[in-house]
Amino acid sequence: MAYYLGIVQNIGIHTLLGLSAYLLLLTGQLSLAQVGFFAIGAYTSGILTVIFGLSIFPALFAGALTAGVFAFLVGIPVLYVRGLMLVVATIAFSEIVRLFFFNLNWRAMVNGVEVGPDSTQGFREIRYFAANGWEQIEVVSLIWFFVGAVLALLWWLDRVRAGAVLRAVGEDELAAQSSGINLTRVKVAAMTGGGIIAGIGGGLYAHSTTYVDHNTFTILLATFAVSYPILGGLSSVFGTLIAVIVIQGVMIEGMRFLGDFRNILFGLLIILAMNFRPNGLLDGNTVAALKRRLFFLKAKR
Amino acid sequence: MTAVLALSQLAKHFGGVRAVDRLDLQVERGEVFGLIGPNGSGKSTTVNLVCGIFPQTGGTIELDGVELGRLQPHQRIEAGISRTFQNIRLFGGLTVWQNIWVAWRDDETGWASNWFGGSRHRRAQIQELLAFSNLDHRSEELAGNLSFGEQRRLELARAVAAKPKLILLDEPAAGMNSEEVTDLKKRILKLKQSGVTVLLVEHVMELVMSVTDRIAVLNFGKRIAHGTPQEIQQNELVQQAYFGSAENAK
Repeated sequence: MAYYLGIVQNIGIHTLLGLSAYLLLLTGQLSLAQVGFFAIGAYTSGILTVIFGLSIFPALFAGALTAGVFAFLVGIPVLYVRGLMLVVATIAFSEIVRLFFFNLNWRAMVNGVEVGPDSTQGFREIRYFAANGWEQIEVVSLIWFFVGAVLALLWWLDRVRAGAVLRAVGEDELAAQSSGINLTRVKVAAMTGGGIIAGIGGGLYAHSTTYVDHNTFTILLATFAVSYPILGGLSSVFGTLIAVIVIQGVMIEGMRFLGDFRNILFGLLIILAMNFRPNGLLDGNTVAALKRRLFFLKAKR
Repeated sequence: MTAVLALSQLAKHFGGVRAVDRLDLQVERGEVFGLIGPNGSGKSTTVNLVCGIFPQTGGTIELDGVELGRLQPHQRIEAGISRTFQNIRLFGGLTVWQNIWVAWRDDETGWASNWFGGSRHRRAQIQELLAFSNLDHRSEELAGNLSFGEQRRLELARAVAAKPKLILLDEPAAGMNSEEVTDLKKRILKLKQSGVTVLLVEHVMELVMSVTDRIAVLNFGKRIAHGTPQEIQQNELVQQAYFGSAENAK
């Protein structure tokens, strides 16, 4: 049972990471900085519960806020570049963050035990849940509470003008500018929002695994973050969730019996999906068809 | 009448090429002003300079007496300028009414309501604008799925949604059949009746001559003539620019 709960927990955290990239992809920006914000959220909230003895909710909030502030600060200069240069700039940011935590040594004595980030040895003892008697099912529920809240928020965003503006910027920047949209403001807002979501995910990750180190926050994780919304499609926020379930649940966990061969199959399936579903698993036509079936709407002519 | 748009010694150089060369132009309030000229004469560059897409090399651009030179493109839209593009630029993945919603300018509601308010209270107004462009029956369709003529109409409606003082139409009749051009003419005249000033860049002379109050003619970035449509038709310099000589024009 614990194994399956672990998978559900992992899917939830990766969904948050994917949704943080989804928000930015709506504006047409491919960012690999999300893993940097994820790391900031993980370390900040971890330090707050472990060294400062904060409860989990204010610690998660502070972690998300710190990640959001960094996303805002990074967003302003970084978003003046675009395309491949943006990818390179955001990789650079994520590497700076990773190497900062690689060197961070902040040890403190708490209840007679030395705790805190120990540079190359990583950050152990993030045991808030165990220390406060949380069962695994409660931890999983907490993670999915945040996943549900972020999904609902992004779903709602698609139903107000701000959502349409984000998508308009992603479709055509010149036309959006010529419709009175301040591109920098919209992109930085999306970057900040994405940073906050990644920060929450990072905080939940650190506390659910009890240990993080610099190797957790590599570019591989950043590529996973952008792969989920790209593979799932940007037409609906639920595409990202489906992609995480397919990748983390089916391909990585469900095909363990294939051993190392699953890595070959994994790459092959992504290439096939990109070819046969270029707009993602849940593309615009699929979303429209699902809406018609679910809400018994008539097809448009 | 007073000038809504005043260009003074406006210049744009691309390296050694003078795309717009010390251009002086005044567009009066409430008129339909035509800007014509052969291909490469600097018409679209002038539109892009006014909208802030390109920075000018020299000169000034004033809207209602306010210098626009340092304003970002979106700030110029807020100042009262709106435009359509020579090559249609819609948000193809958004629905027809969402295209309008994005550009909709509402100074009466607050910031939060404008950005995070639902569509319900805005629907009626957007539908009214779509009816102006005869697209009210297509409001839920993706813009990318519209026909060419419908896309042109939607782009015009989107430009109007920004509630501009001055609307710049960059070759709006390009690719249209004669029926669609007649339809466009009616819409431009409706805009004029509603008090919007129009700057029309166009090659379709039938449209230009029938809707404009005044016309300026550009060639190699310079203004070579200006006047009423009748004056322009008889201007020898204009005939030379278009046909090589006045004789060829006959």
